[in-house]
Amino acid sequence: MTIDPRNARPSAAFPPNVIAEIQRAADQGIYEIRGLGTKRRLPSFDDLLLLGASISRYPLEGYREKCDTDVVLGTRFAAKPLELRIPITIAGMSFGSLSAAAKESIGRACTAVGTSSTTGDGGMTEEERRASKLLVYQVLPSRYGLNPRDLRRADAIEVVIGQGAKPGGGGMLLGQKISPRVAKMRTLPEGIDQRSACRHPDWTGPDDLTIKIQELREITDWQKPIYVKVGASRPFFDTQLAVKAGADVVVVDGMQGGTGATQDVFIEHVGIPTLPALRQAVDALVDLDMHRKVQLVISGGIRSGADVAKALAMGADAVSIGSAALMALGCNKPVQVADYAALGTAPGHCHHCHTGRCPVGVTTQDPLLEKRLDPEQGARWLRNYLSVMTLEAQTIARACGKTHVLNLEPEDLVATTIEAAAMAGVPLAGTSWIPGRDLR
Amino acid sequence: MQTVDLAAEDVRALNGRLHALPADTNQRAWRVINPRGAHAVAVGLTQELEVVVDGHVGYYCAGMNEAAHVEIRGHCGWGVGENMMSGMVRVAGNASQSAGASGHGGMLVIEGDAGHRCGISMKGIDIVVGGSIGAFSAFMAQAGNLVVCGDAGENLGDSLYEADIYVRGAVASLGADCVEKEMTAADREKVAALLARAGIAADAAAFRRYGSARTLYNFHVDHADSY
Repeated sequence: MTIDPRNARPSAAFPPNVIAEIQRAADQGIYEIRGLGTKRRLPSFDDLLLLGASISRYPLEGYREKCDTDVVLGTRFAAKPLELRIPITIAGMSFGSLSAAAKESIGRACTAVGTSSTTGDGGMTEEERRASKLLVYQVLPSRYGLNPRDLRRADAIEVVIGQGAKPGGGGMLLGQKISPRVAKMRTLPEGIDQRSACRHPDWTGPDDLTIKIQELREITDWQKPIYVKVGASRPFFDTQLAVKAGADVVVVDGMQGGTGATQDVFIEHVGIPTLPALRQAVDALVDLDMHRKVQLVISGGIRSGADVAKALAMGADAVSIGSAALMALGCNKPVQVADYAALGTAPGHCHHCHTGRCPVGVTTQDPLLEKRLDPEQGARWLRNYLSVMTLEAQTIARACGKTHVLNLEPEDLVATTIEAAAMAGVPLAGTSWIPGRDLR
Repeated sequence: MQTVDLAAEDVRALNGRLHALPADTNQRAWRVINPRGAHAVAVGLTQELEVVVDGHVGYYCAGMNEAAHVEIRGHCGWGVGENMMSGMVRVAGNASQSAGASGHGGMLVIEGDAGHRCGISMKGIDIVVGGSIGAFSAFMAQAGNLVVCGDAGENLGDSLYEADIYVRGAVASLGADCVEKEMTAADREKVAALLARAGIAADAAAFRRYGSARTLYNFHVDHADSY
């Protein structure tokens, strides 16, 4: 019997994937928890283009005329700001969520290219401290593994208010990843489904945050830059409040930012995209006359040197990557295909970080799986990727006539969609129209 | 005895002097006068020092303390002894919210009352309170002991992990997954030792014990009303 196409009309409200999720929820009785970031189509850096040189702008000669990439983070109050050779940093990802081999790979790669990596929920491991010349130490609501010794041996401190994948939500690490070592670092029983707090235990609101930052500065004798990281939801106000509270650096993480384990409903429905988040954060700094005085790091869906160049042109001082760095280490690589299949997925689609069964040894605590990632090889891959991103950003900057990537500016950008033009605050290509802006 | 007058020097100078002491220093006794509610007094200490703060302090006094003995002869703002690792912090008066938050070790003694969220997220610290504690105390507490000679506010021990709570007075209500447990001879011995270390006179036999029911350790749909 053949199917009559008139009777096989798909429903817009209930397409097969929605039906499948309803039935999964009915079957399992728990929301879907998964890794990585949003999968929905959002206005992004892909919807922006850069304007290369023309008669009125001179390009720089590729490979001959220098285009610098160095950036200094934390120049406001800290005695020892971070001097980076490239404007691409690695975002906070915990040991627990990531394997020790992945953390070591990241540290080694960052040291080789002259940038910083970041700890995560659960504290600092010896491997990552040894491997990382510049290490940012996160102070998170859970305070897992937080101690003054590591605070003092960090190169910068990041007070985490939220992350782009789940602004307003705490961390999550399911029992299969709470290995004896992870449990010990976090002072938790082995094998539990760990729910991190979403609020800091000893402060609420911007006035308290000011005092908290003062305490951290006192403990570290005003040496370390202090970052404040927010998940993008109200970035204009959050950026201004972070500046008011005394931050040296504000990190804004858009909703394309990844996670090791979060409810799918949170990932897909809470927060705003990176593009408008960046523009609002820059607006906030300009409004306070603090742009370039308090540095701005943007993250959430950064993948290429083009994304880097566009983010810097919009006003960021640096970018931060997480998911893309893991992909450089092998995440979703088409190897060990049978192991992806065992998870019910395939290379290119996997978001099963939460299971601890990462086929490529990146997001696992299983000793056998972890062996699939050689830290030396991983470091080489990530180092190559960071170098390629930097070269790409330099290529674009030179084409726009810039001797430093930070000289890229909003005037170098246009948007290909009305939505992106409005969100990024740059003209729709071929027009002088910025939706939402008064043309007078 | 070294005396630092916070009416003449600022907190940054005080902490800087305390941090700069060499390991073999003989300047181990310090007195801080005129704190006048200053924040972050005597934070991040790493040595066996005796620091007496004569007066009231603001937030985070003795935060992240290691090894030092800090005595506050007054009341405290939020987060006294937050994230402390070792040593002893003693408050002669009352402490505001989040006393001993996320403390990993050492002992915090509050001779008066403590506000809400006392011992929140504690990770191994021992806290002894001579008076009563506010709501949501020991929220998500992971390890250590909270001994309360007075009463406890609402939602005591909400979402508790493996910390032990002992209360002599009334408990307004227990939080999610917190239950009363049997007070064994070993518990009485432990409480008596904690009270003795804290220098607070109370009969260990009069305390009741509360801990985690461990029903929320793993996600399950039947616990949805507790999440």
